[in-house]
Amino acid sequence: MINKDSKVLLEVKNLRAEVGGVQILKGVDLTIRTGEVHAIMGINGSGKSTFSKVLAGHPDYAVTGGTASFEGKDLFSLEPEERARAGLFLAFQYPVEIPGVSNSALLRLAYNTLQSERGLEELDPLEFEDLVQEKLKVVEMDPSFLGRSVNEGFSGGEKKRNEILQMAVLAPRLAILDETDSGLDIDALRIVANGVNSLLSPDNAVVMVTHYQRLLNYIVPDYVHVMDGGRIVRTGDKNLALELEARGYDWLRAAA
Amino acid sequence: MKLSKEQCYEQLLLGKSVKSHGWLENIRQDALVRAQALNFPSDRHDDWRFTDLSALFQHGFRPIDSFARLALVDIEKYLIPEAIRLVFVDGCYSAELSELSKVGSAVTVSSLADRHGDPMLESSFGKYAPYQQDAFVALNTNFFEDGTWVHVVNEVTAPIHLLHVSTKREAASAIYPRCMVVMESSSRATLVEDYVGIDGAIYFSNAVTEIVLKEQAHMQHVRVQREDKNAFHIGHCSVEVGRDSTYISTSLSFGARTSRYTLHVRQNDEGAEIRLDGLALVAGRQIADTHTLIEHAAPRGKSIQLHKCIADGSAHGVFSGKIVVHEGASGTDSAQSSRNLLLSEKARIDTQPQLEIFNDDVSCKHGATIGQIDADALFFLKSRGLKEASARNLLTHAFAAEIIDKIPVPSLVESLGKTILERMTVVRT
Repeated sequence: MINKDSKVLLEVKNLRAEVGGVQILKGVDLTIRTGEVHAIMGINGSGKSTFSKVLAGHPDYAVTGGTASFEGKDLFSLEPEERARAGLFLAFQYPVEIPGVSNSALLRLAYNTLQSERGLEELDPLEFEDLVQEKLKVVEMDPSFLGRSVNEGFSGGEKKRNEILQMAVLAPRLAILDETDSGLDIDALRIVANGVNSLLSPDNAVVMVTHYQRLLNYIVPDYVHVMDGGRIVRTGDKNLALELEARGYDWLRAAA
Repeated sequence: MKLSKEQCYEQLLLGKSVKSHGWLENIRQDALVRAQALNFPSDRHDDWRFTDLSALFQHGFRPIDSFARLALVDIEKYLIPEAIRLVFVDGCYSAELSELSKVGSAVTVSSLADRHGDPMLESSFGKYAPYQQDAFVALNTNFFEDGTWVHVVNEVTAPIHLLHVSTKREAASAIYPRCMVVMESSSRATLVEDYVGIDGAIYFSNAVTEIVLKEQAHMQHVRVQREDKNAFHIGHCSVEVGRDSTYISTSLSFGARTSRYTLHVRQNDEGAEIRLDGLALVAGRQIADTHTLIEHAAPRGKSIQLHKCIADGSAHGVFSGKIVVHEGASGTDSAQSSRNLLLSEKARIDTQPQLEIFNDDVSCKHGATIGQIDADALFFLKSRGLKEASARNLLTHAFAAEIIDKIPVPSLVESLGKTILERMTVVRT
């Protein structure tokens, strides 16, 4: 929902970043306000996944220029855990498996860490159980997943739903969904999309990084950005995604 | 005063001689003769070349001359409420700290000193642990003050907890825990050997356990070495598994400046199943060595082994796991895995899986990996708000949990989880 008076959550200016000495981002500009849903699209190698990892603070990526301000704070001066505490969330493209750490233990530890860092009250296991049972409904997950090790033996769709469960529990201000639609069948896509939609509010915002228009049928974006060669080369509304779907990315390049 | 290796050994040979009667006295004397002929192993010996014992050699260990009196509150955090408990303080049985009310008709549990006339004990004691060849076993067999006799004839539901507590003394002391277990046909039991130190003492705990499983017997054997950080621990366990019996072992090494655990399991009759899981967690300047030997000497044996080692600081973990499939042991099915986690640049892990197969018609697999904390998992946890140290601890704990969670005693699993966290916190600060 676009409201020009709403608060700026994230402001990225002329962002440049490299991985392993190779320049990937070559000057990205993006402003996100509360209540907005953004989609970043682009072909493989356009820099869209790099952009999401740089925002979350992945150690393999080095920022070489530009700024990112998150609710007024210099994002790049914060460690990944500090960004999480500030309210930034990345749903991973390839969620890691962590044998030996149960889903419920991780969720509670993460939730209570954020609470205590924000000076808020932590929940004991019983109180947390009530909270997490509610959140399970958001992604239609069976409670048996809580007792299992994080993502271990989960299907592709279950892993992605688990990411959204974490988002539901941690309630971030800005969620970046990095190709959350990849590897999902149509039912799982619908569940994940319903989950995300139910978490949207005028106080938060979502960025979807995706290759395909499919997800955008379910989570309707206010803005669609196209990345190419490490820059955002075109911004439009949801119709831009439909046009890309119909005509391919080459059309855009030819136009540019 | 720092001693040489020879002086240290001589000092041990001067230990207090314990008088026994009849057959046991004969074994003690025999063992003393062997101990005098043997010496500490040479670092050129293939079984010892990775394990630096020099820190042990520097001390003159004296026999225990008086017995410390402890109260239950001193050992509270080690207690397993649901267990049958025998407590040994500095190698001597403490009736007042022990808890035998749950002993039913399925098992006899007592101190060795009380059972010298038992023919069952006489026919098994000293027959399995190699005091003829191994200097540490020979020293134990001569100098042990007292020990445990466990005779299981039926199904025992309560775990049998043998708690060995070492106390602080003015002089470094040598302690010789000893245990003999006989599992009769179709009997079942869970045995927990637990070695702990209190008050920051320097001592040398040299422990020997012998276990015999008769036909279809089923044993879960948990061994926890959480000695004091300045202590030395050398342990040996010999197990003989009978026809269609099941031996499941979980051995943990957390404590001691230098430790070594040797586990030798021999399958002498058809169809036995052996499961060995191990975990060593070391930091600072600790050395933890685990040597296991599984011998399949009869057909249709099965063995599965998973050993893990976690080393931080400038600690050193050693694992050597040998599986021998003897001629005639057809249909053996064996799998061994060694997985290791290095937490610092200076830590070191040596792992040696070995297979010796003298038979066709067997299935044997083994493998080893050494790695560091997974960078992707670390980033994931930080991105969920966890601090670096907390994320690393969680991942280390998870790596260890795969072994600890196999322990069939829930209260022990919980207390060991805390032990791990404490050890890791101490290391990091």
